Amino acid sequence: MELNQIYTQILTEHNNSKRNKHHIDSPTATLKGVNPSCGDEISLELRVKDGVIEDAGFTGIGCAISQASASIMIDLIKGKTVEEAKKLVKLFLGMIKGEITDEKQLEPLDEAIALKDVAHMPARVKCAVLGWHTLENAVEGKKVTEE
Amino acid sequence: MNPWAEDFPILNEKMNGKRLAYLDNAATVQRPVPVLRAVDEFYRTENANPHRGLYELSVKATERYENARHTVKEFIGADKDCEVIFTRNASESLNLVAYSYGLNFLHEGDEIVLPVSEHHSNLVPWQMVAQAKGAKLVYLYPDKEGRLTDDEMEKITPKAKILALAHVSNVLGSVYPVRKIADKAHSVGAVVVVDCAQSIPHFKVNVKDLGADFMAFSGHKMMAPMGIGVLYGREELLNKMPPFLRGGEMIEYVHEQSATFAPLPQKFEAGTQNVGGAVGLEAAIHYLQKVGYDKIAETEQALLNYTLDGLAEVPHITVYGGTKNRRDRCGVISFNVDGVHPHDVASILDADGVAIRAGHHCAQPLMDYLGVNATCRASLYFYNTREDIDQFLSSLKRVRGWLGLGT
Repeated sequence: MELNQIYTQILTEHNNSKRNKHHIDSPTATLKGVNPSCGDEISLELRVKDGVIEDAGFTGIGCAISQASASIMIDLIKGKTVEEAKKLVKLFLGMIKGEITDEKQLEPLDEAIALKDVAHMPARVKCAVLGWHTLENAVEGKKVTEE
Repeated sequence: MNPWAEDFPILNEKMNGKRLAYLDNAATVQRPVPVLRAVDEFYRTENANPHRGLYELSVKATERYENARHTVKEFIGADKDCEVIFTRNASESLNLVAYSYGLNFLHEGDEIVLPVSEHHSNLVPWQMVAQAKGAKLVYLYPDKEGRLTDDEMEKITPKAKILALAHVSNVLGSVYPVRKIADKAHSVGAVVVVDCAQSIPHFKVNVKDLGADFMAFSGHKMMAPMGIGVLYGREELLNKMPPFLRGGEMIEYVHEQSATFAPLPQKFEAGTQNVGGAVGLEAAIHYLQKVGYDKIAETEQALLNYTLDGLAEVPHITVYGGTKNRRDRCGVISFNVDGVHPHDVASILDADGVAIRAGHHCAQPLMDYLGVNATCRASLYFYNTREDIDQFLSSLKRVRGWLGLGT
């Protein structure tokens, strides 16, 4: 594993940025995602209107990979329809599992492609997918309101 | 050159193309050739199901198993062989005590006293007992140096029926004054359960000197194979406890509607046991004795000082637990790098061949108490060298740079 393929500029910028790491106004869905084995947790907030994700944000604690991955995801899904977001989640999970490697096919993932090499780091896969699994659950309607 | 390192072939393995610096010894240590050989030889020449067969091979296997028990008994200073119960690991040993003693001898309003730094294996089983019996968990909180002060021990009152504590904290490395706390617990009539998983690999454990009524440890943290562990219990207590697991080899007579049970230790050893593991544990004890606890302590203390001094020179590092009074602690060092999550630290060190642990170390209540989500943990064993520590420190200095932060 080459570190410079993982700890890229895109990843560190997203990790150090607070752009998407905050609460949003009047969320329609708030969902917690946890990696019990490592204690990472994020709380994802979405405001969906007429099937479109108007705004999204997250809060939480975790490693650079989990935090940057969630931030990149939010950039990607804002303004997209729920259906489009679901497709992106599927594509991302396919990339991280190493099942989808074709660059052309991965194009819609944009900056998230920077996380491609996590596929070669089994110990970190669950970090990269935390935000995306949480989004998947959120749009599937598993609405959990935080206490 | 470390004279023992060559007994551990795995230390020569390359990790990510780099020299391996194995610093996750609190999770599990490596096995020396004599242990590997003993297990191999047992399966090659002496394997059969013990306590069952009426043929020579089975008698041999039984002998090896019972000899291992006797070696453990001598090693920990128990009175009788039957006070040594073989389990899979310390977790199973502690569960045995919680299920068999806790659920049967605790009552509503009783208290279970334990340090907040306990490993989940000596905490979650007691939560189960407290919930089932209406008992209460009372926590002792270590100070900034990782010590349990006399004030905290005032919490051990006549309501206390169990005192559960680790000899050495698996996060802070603190060595707790078990005897002193055990005396206090005994003075109010509590039973003392000591988790020695983190101490027995590093220094002499004697159940009498500790004042332990029950004592648990895992073989794999002291160079034995994974899957063999020990519960020591005072004979009188073990005798009045019901079996934990039921089945083969732990019975006396079985009728359609009822059964009576075998005497100690078989009462607590249901099913075919891990004889190969017990043989490996015996070999590990012999190896430990050959190296000598004095030598181990001397080597580890020197390495601990070298590591703590080195860490103090690295900017942006916070070390948890005692750093001043180093005699009261073991070579388990928890730390964090400012602005970097422990998992990233571990991945970056891994790329340099350095193996450390990152996470909550199965001690979430302690993490809450320390006000952290997770920590990095480097832990030493006597086969480690200054070269391992230098490799660790030099990799650590580069961590913040990888995350785009100032070094």
